[in-house]
Amino acid sequence: MSVVVYAESSNGLFKKGAAEILTYAYKTAKSLNMKCVAVTLGSTDELQQLSKYGIDKVVSINTDFDICDNKGIAEALSKVIEEESANIFILSNSNTGKTVGPRISVKLDASFISNAVEIPQSHNPLIVKKKSFSGKAFELAQSINEKVVIALSPNAFHIAENPNSDCEFSTFEIDKSNQNVNSSGIEKAQGKMSLAEAETVVSAGRGLKGPENWNMIEELADLLDAGTACSKPVSDIGWRPHSEHVGQTGKAIAPNLYIAIGISGAIQHLAGVNSSKIMVAINTDPDAPFFKAADYGIVGDAFEVVPRLIDEIKRFKSAN
Amino acid sequence: MNILVCISHVPDTTSRIDFSDDKTSFKSEGIQFIINPYDEFGLTKAINLRNEHGGKVTVVHYGTSSSEPTLRKALAIGADEAIRIDGHPKDSYSVASELAKVIETNQYDLIIAGRESIDYNGGAVPAMIAEMLDLPFVNACTGLEIEAKEAKMEREIEGGKEFVHATLPLLIAGQKGLVEEADLIIPNMRGIMTARTKPLSVRDLSSNEIKCTSLSFEKPQPKQACTMIDAGNEKELVTLLHQEAKVL
Ligand SMILES: Cc1cc2nc3c(=O)[nH]c(=O)nc-3n(C[C@H](O)[C@H](O)[C@H](O)COP(=O)(O)OP(=O)(O)OC[C@H]3O[C@@H](n4cnc5c(N)ncnc54)[C@H](O)[C@@H]3O)c2cc1C
Ligand SMILES: Nc1ncnc2c1ncn2[C@@H]1O[C@H](COP(=O)(O)O)[C@@H](O)[C@H]1O
Repeated sequence: MSVVVYAESSNGLFKKGAAEILTYAYKTAKSLNMKCVAVTLGSTDELQQLSKYGIDKVVSINTDFDICDNKGIAEALSKVIEEESANIFILSNSNTGKTVGPRISVKLDASFISNAVEIPQSHNPLIVKKKSFSGKAFELAQSINEKVVIALSPNAFHIAENPNSDCEFSTFEIDKSNQNVNSSGIEKAQGKMSLAEAETVVSAGRGLKGPENWNMIEELADLLDAGTACSKPVSDIGWRPHSEHVGQTGKAIAPNLYIAIGISGAIQHLAGVNSSKIMVAINTDPDAPFFKAADYGIVGDAFEVVPRLIDEIKRFKSAN
Repeated sequence: MNILVCISHVPDTTSRIDFSDDKTSFKSEGIQFIINPYDEFGLTKAINLRNEHGGKVTVVHYGTSSSEPTLRKALAIGADEAIRIDGHPKDSYSVASELAKVIETNQYDLIIAGRESIDYNGGAVPAMIAEMLDLPFVNACTGLEIEAKEAKMEREIEGGKEFVHATLPLLIAGQKGLVEEADLIIPNMRGIMTARTKPLSVRDLSSNEIKCTSLSFEKPQPKQACTMIDAGNEKELVTLLHQEAKVL
């Protein structure tokens, strides 16, 4: 028996989350004494990289799929899962993962568990810890079916390399069926970094007073290789694009470092960011609720603190 | 146009999350429930589409009688009729199966669900329905225009957006962008009054099959107190982030 894992790539390059999900799948397979098989979609020159993470076998499907073709992608992945007679299929909670994971579970008569944060505690029945209530709780979920599809929460698991020199590579042919959703183009967001994948996020709220004041936020983000985010009112009034809105009704993120500038720390905001490893709050109000949730805080005016912080980070970077 | 909006009923976003003493279930006493925010964008979009193209908006919810106020609110906002599938939903699969039954027995041109429920965050029900009924499916949908039987949509993807199109009948999982915050309809007195007389039908469960159960819940460890750094001493923050937190 084996564990099958979907290593997601985009334009031929593996996503950052791929290393994390491969490590997770390898550890799961190892704990259950199973083989670990990675499946890839579309052409890529990076296949060799997958063996770094302890994978026993890589199955590549060389057909290119549009990312909107969730029916086609689910079909292709299901065929490989069946071919490998796998009882456990693992994918990431990415946009695509969230769309095709549930489809595959229905197709294969499997249980579906999303937002997993640990490897399964047991198999038969499979029990796994997952996030619930927008990060305000954890849940132990148990599958009823023998087959299980698990979607891993991003940034929940440490990447570890386990090179496997015996990794076997094979290809799998797919007859693509008719697409029922078609793409007519993609528009890239202006930000350089996708929020979901960013390890550091610099976020600002209504305390910044107006959209013209975001230069320093972007400068700080550039310096830290970070993504930029904002509170809900800021995107509602159009200071920043909706795609930056984080929180209970926006994106949920879990970076290593979240820097909140001029954000009060309302419960709905925290619900989307409280899975961050370290949180820093910068706020003029010493009673701002964010200081109850943050790891580090500075009470001060963002227009003075942020420029000084930028200088200090520049100094730090040139010294290290 | 015949539109179905799937509505889940969730704790108000300010709710304190607590569990029963044996940690096996969510404590709903004293909790205010609301229409799942993602579904509210979808409901408003459905009403706008009906006003533009004619037709009917039905809302459907799988839940116990305690969620009827949520359905009445959807009617007050402007839906024409409501269906409640009577039962206590246990997992995404059973919810998707019950909703699929309703969709199968009626002819809807468009089915609108939300990207995820903000309570259990499954994010799974819509995609499961799409698979069960082989419907074209667009997830994280942030824009929708319909002309005759063709739908043009915008959806969020990692690092940008994608423009897609499909033929009705169609299923989408929506979010903000379908309509904006400012377009959300707050029910007025007349809406609330007429909602009382709009049809709300109750159906029995068609099956009880589940594929997952929750064994227990726990709350995250409380955070340690925040380390405060004086304004002007940003250098200290950089040092702490580097040496103590190891994130720089
Ligand atoms: C159903 C529902 C869902 C919601 N979902 C979300 C969500 O997903 N995400 C979200 O973010 N919010 C959400 N909210 C809104 C949330 O309740 C708060 O209103 C919002 O997060 C506040 O945004 P803010 O912190 O930017 O603004 P404010 O609350 O106005 O806070 C501004 C902060 O900036 C500080 N400040 C002012 N000047 C300065 C300065 N010069 N330097 C430093 N600090 C300064 C102030 O002290 C204050 O703390 C939701 C609300 C509801 C009802
Ligand atoms: N009990 C329910 N009744 C009706 N629709 C639901 C129910 N649960 C979930 N949905 C729909 O499915 C979407 C995603 O929910 P979930 O998969 O639970 O995160 C919601 O936004 C609703 O549109």
